[in-house]
Amino acid sequence: MKVIYILWLRQLKRYFRSKARIVGSLGQPLLFFVALGFGFGPIYTRAGGGNYIQFLAPGIITMSILFTATFSGIEVLWDRRFGFLKETLVAPVSRLQIMLGRTFGGATVAVVQGLIVFLLSVIVGFRPTTLSMIPLALLYMVLIAITFTALGTAIASFIEDMQGFQIIINFLIMPLFFLSGALFPLENLPKAVIIISTINPLAYGVDGLRGTLINMAHFGLATDFVILGCIAVFVLLAGAYLFSKIEV
Amino acid sequence: MMCEDIINVTHLTKTFNGFTAVDHISFSVRAGEIFAFLGPNGAGKSTTINMLTTLLRPTSGNILLNGYDPVVSPHKVRQSFGIVFQDPSLDEDLTAWENMDYHGVLYNISKDIRNKRIEELLTIVELWERRKDQVKKFSGGMKRRLEIARGLLHHPKILFLDEPTLGLDPQTRSLIWNYIKGLNESEGTTIFLTTHYMEEAERVAHRIAIIDHGKIIVQGTPDELKVQTGTSSLEGAFIALTGRDIREEEPNNLEQMRMRRKIFRRHHR
Repeated sequence: MKVIYILWLRQLKRYFRSKARIVGSLGQPLLFFVALGFGFGPIYTRAGGGNYIQFLAPGIITMSILFTATFSGIEVLWDRRFGFLKETLVAPVSRLQIMLGRTFGGATVAVVQGLIVFLLSVIVGFRPTTLSMIPLALLYMVLIAITFTALGTAIASFIEDMQGFQIIINFLIMPLFFLSGALFPLENLPKAVIIISTINPLAYGVDGLRGTLINMAHFGLATDFVILGCIAVFVLLAGAYLFSKIEV
Repeated sequence: MMCEDIINVTHLTKTFNGFTAVDHISFSVRAGEIFAFLGPNGAGKSTTINMLTTLLRPTSGNILLNGYDPVVSPHKVRQSFGIVFQDPSLDEDLTAWENMDYHGVLYNISKDIRNKRIEELLTIVELWERRKDQVKKFSGGMKRRLEIARGLLHHPKILFLDEPTLGLDPQTRSLIWNYIKGLNESEGTTIFLTTHYMEEAERVAHRIAIIDHGKIIVQGTPDELKVQTGTSSLEGAFIALTGRDIREEEPNNLEQMRMRRKIFRRHHR
């Protein structure tokens, strides 16, 4: 337990010591709010969808968690480059503990980032419908964060160069994000897109957040929870396995 | 106790894409001794250490470290040793104290002992005043000192020191060797070290193995090596055994100096 804690604490310290990282990562969500929220808002309203910012905000919160979480895997590559990975790998601690510590650390950072974007969304006009549901929304944020931090860490454990990692992650998260229903409703879409969304783990995360924050779930909150929870556990275990194969 | 082997290596081999870095080497290290593993750059020292310390899988051959095989029971092996790496391995965003504390927690040292030893070791390497500074503000020598202090924190059975004193001034080197010898004598810690400072190896090591081109070419006490080669110093013996050619792989400071001196002489003939 102490080992997981110290690994977790390290990620947090590194995050809070890098002010540039905190501020810099708000740029993209803000751009999405301005460009999409205010740009498409009037059309969305005219089409009978209601307030687009209300619909969009859970999607943007999910986006910021997704990006922060998957890219936190790159810290494994930094640690490799700075030699710190060796220091952790020769220690008499199980690889599962290392994987869990890193994942929880990265996931906590991603959730903090998500909460900052949540505040940002309130500033641009987002109003959660039921305030009492916010703790439940936090649960979905945690599940998204854990799933995708574990995924990023797992990928980082077998890819050694930074450019390669960034290309693979971009190649992976762009479709995940755009086909998750973060930007548009999943109703009345072509069959193919609906099928892809159904097998996209992120879709259940977006849906869970939208269900809790604005009471508008496509799959249903229970389904979201079960599916996302199972995927999180699966990715964590797969990641721990891949992590145990690391050689320096 | 002194005669028991704590590390036993037989026919150990590692190949990387057809290149044989370590070629069927066999040697043993006795419990409680200071063992120097010497060789020119690129001879296979670090590859061997990486295999002994569970960071690399051997292509073939066997290792027994404290009675355990690193491939079969890596966890048991990891509990048996500590290491100071040749290359930097600190978290530069953390402070000196945080780097030490992180290490202490990973090695399950209780908080009281941890705090006591961190203070003791940081004082020895003269970093106690700077314990709250982030490592990225440190000079190269300070980082090296911190790294050594960290490697000494958990008092393992076997301590690997991969060129521990590279780039340190004589004062610090002397302080650190005194501490390491003290640890060896009082706790019976087995020391496995590599170094390019031959006089250092001659002074501290009980036994020496010299590796070149992936093969161990000689093993014995410093005196035995000198007698065998008919030289008066370990440095002489080393050069007699490994030749005068400078190796391709990153020449160290000493070799660079020699190279420059050679070129200088040639120009002024």
